[in-house]
Amino acid sequence: MMALQVEQLSHSFGGLLALSDVNLAVAPGERLAIIGPNGAGKTTLFNIVTGIFRPSAGRIRLLGQDVTRLPPHRRAQLGLARTFQITTLFPRLTVLDSVLLAVQGLDPVRFTLHRPREAYGHLRERAESLLAEWGLADRCHAVTGRLSYGEQRQVELILALAGAPKVLLLDEPTAGLSPAETASVAEMIRRFSRDTTILLIEHDMDVALELVDRVTVLFQGRVLAEGSKEKIRSDPEVAAIYLGTDDA
Amino acid sequence: MKTRIAMRWAAALVVLIALPAVLSSYQVGLLTKMLIFGIFAMSLDLLLGYAGLPSLGHAAYFGVAAYTVGLLSLRVANNFWIDFPAGLAVATGVSALFGLFALRARGSYFLMITLALGQVLWGIAFGWRSLTGGDDGLPSVPRPRLPLPWPLTDGGPFYYFVLAFFVISILALSVIVRSPFGRALVGIRESERRMEVLGYDVWRYKYVAFVLAGLFAGVAGNLFVYFNGFVSPSYLNIVFSAAALLMVILGGAGTLVGPALGAAVIVFLENMISAYMERWVLVLGVIYVLVTLFAPSGLVGLVRQRLGSHPA
Repeated sequence: MMALQVEQLSHSFGGLLALSDVNLAVAPGERLAIIGPNGAGKTTLFNIVTGIFRPSAGRIRLLGQDVTRLPPHRRAQLGLARTFQITTLFPRLTVLDSVLLAVQGLDPVRFTLHRPREAYGHLRERAESLLAEWGLADRCHAVTGRLSYGEQRQVELILALAGAPKVLLLDEPTAGLSPAETASVAEMIRRFSRDTTILLIEHDMDVALELVDRVTVLFQGRVLAEGSKEKIRSDPEVAAIYLGTDDA
Repeated sequence: MKTRIAMRWAAALVVLIALPAVLSSYQVGLLTKMLIFGIFAMSLDLLLGYAGLPSLGHAAYFGVAAYTVGLLSLRVANNFWIDFPAGLAVATGVSALFGLFALRARGSYFLMITLALGQVLWGIAFGWRSLTGGDDGLPSVPRPRLPLPWPLTDGGPFYYFVLAFFVISILALSVIVRSPFGRALVGIRESERRMEVLGYDVWRYKYVAFVLAGLFAGVAGNLFVYFNGFVSPSYLNIVFSAAALLMVILGGAGTLVGPALGAAVIVFLENMISAYMERWVLVLGVIYVLVTLFAPSGLVGLVRQRLGSHPA
C-alpha cells in the first residue's frame, strides 16, 4: 500500500490548465522532492492533496483510502499534515497556544466546551514536550507574530508535526530564510521520524536533493521527469528548465 | 494569580449586590438595564471577538425571544417556567436556522446576510399587526410571578433576578471561551485555513458558536421584555444590532468583561444624552469613530496597555 497516490490528476482555474494528468506514488517512509520552476503547479498539487481545492479530474488516495471528496479536516484526521508557503500562523497567539491548538486538533476533546482546556493536562504536556524536542521551549510565551522569520518557520513545522502525521507535505520550508536559518530548518527536517512520509516542495535544488530519496520534476502542470537524485541531476531537460527559466 | 483573579470577581459581585442599597430606584432600573445589555453584548462577543464573525443582525435573537415571552405571557399564560424556556427555544431555533444561511459567507458578506436576515424579522414584526401589534408593539407584558418572598414587580428584587442570570451567563461563557472549543474559535478567528488542515471541522465550530450566541441573546431578550413590560419592532432593528456591536467594540472584543463594560457605558450615555437631544444614533456613530481611531482594542485594551500586560 502506498502512503500517497495521485492518479491522473488534472486541475484548471477557469481556462488555465494548472495540472494535467499528474501521477505520483509515494511509498511509506519515503521522502520525495517536487521541484520545478514557478507556476509549475507544485502548490496547486499540495492544495488538492490536502483538500483545499477539489480537482477537475483524477483521484487522491491516502494510505489506500480514496480521499478525493473528503474535506481538509477529515484528511488531517487520517494522518495528513502540511506547512504553507505563505506563513498562516496564529500571529496574535503565543507559541504555546498555537502548538496547543495543533495538539488539540486531533484529540477527542477538541469539541469539548463545558470544561476549561487547563483541565486536560495531557494537551499541555504534549505541547511542551514538542517545544522542548524542537528547541523552542524558551520561546513558548512569545507572541508568534513577533518571532523572527526563521523561528516562525520552526513553529510552522512543529504545528505540522503535532499530530504525528503519517504523510507530511512541506511547501518551501526554507523560502526567504538566511543561509544559517535554512541550515537549521534543513537539520530539523532531517531529524523527522523516518516513519513519516514526506513530500517536499523546494525551490533550492541543492537543499531539496540533500533531504530526499527521490525527485519528481513538474513543468507547466505536467510531470517532466522523475527518478533518483542522480538521474535528475544529470537529466538534460531538467537542466535546461533550471538554467533557462529559473529566477532564483 | 488564580486566587487574585477570583478575589477580583468576588469583589465585583459584592459591589453589584450592595449597589441597590445606595442607589435610587431609578438608578437601580438603569443598572438592571446595563446588566441585561451586558448579557446581550457578551453573547455577540462570542461571535465577533472569539470566532471573528461580525454579525450585524444579533437583535434578531434578542427580539424573537422578547416577542415569544411577550406573546405567551399576554395571550396564553404568564407562567415563567413555560414562557422563559420558550423564549430561549425560539431564539436558539431561529439562530440555528439563520446560521445555516449566514455561515455560507465570510467577512463583510457575513455581515450583510446577518443584517438582511435580521431585517426580515423586523419586517414581519412590523407588518403582521394581528399577531405582533405592528408598530405599536405589545404593551403591558407582565413580570413573572415566582414563589419568592419579594414580588418581581418591585425594582429591587427584579434587579437581583436579572443579576442572577447575568452571573450564570458570565460563568457559563467564561467556561466556554476557555474550553478546547472556545480556544479553537480563537484559532479560527486567526487562521481558518490553518485550522482546517490541523483537523478542525471549522464550519461546525462556527455553527455551534452562532447558535450559542443566539441562545444567550435570547436570555437578554427574555429579561428585557420583563423589564420594560413592552416589546416593539425596534427590538429587532438594525439600530439595536449596531448598538450591541458598538458595546462589544467599545469595551473590548475578545474578552467577556469588555462587552459588559461597554454595555454599561452605552446604556448610561443613552440615558443621559436622550434626555437632552433626539439624535442618539448620531452620538453612537461618533463614539464608534472615536473608539476605532483611539482605542481599537476598547476600554479593556486601554487598561491593559496601562498595566503593560499583553493580550491573551
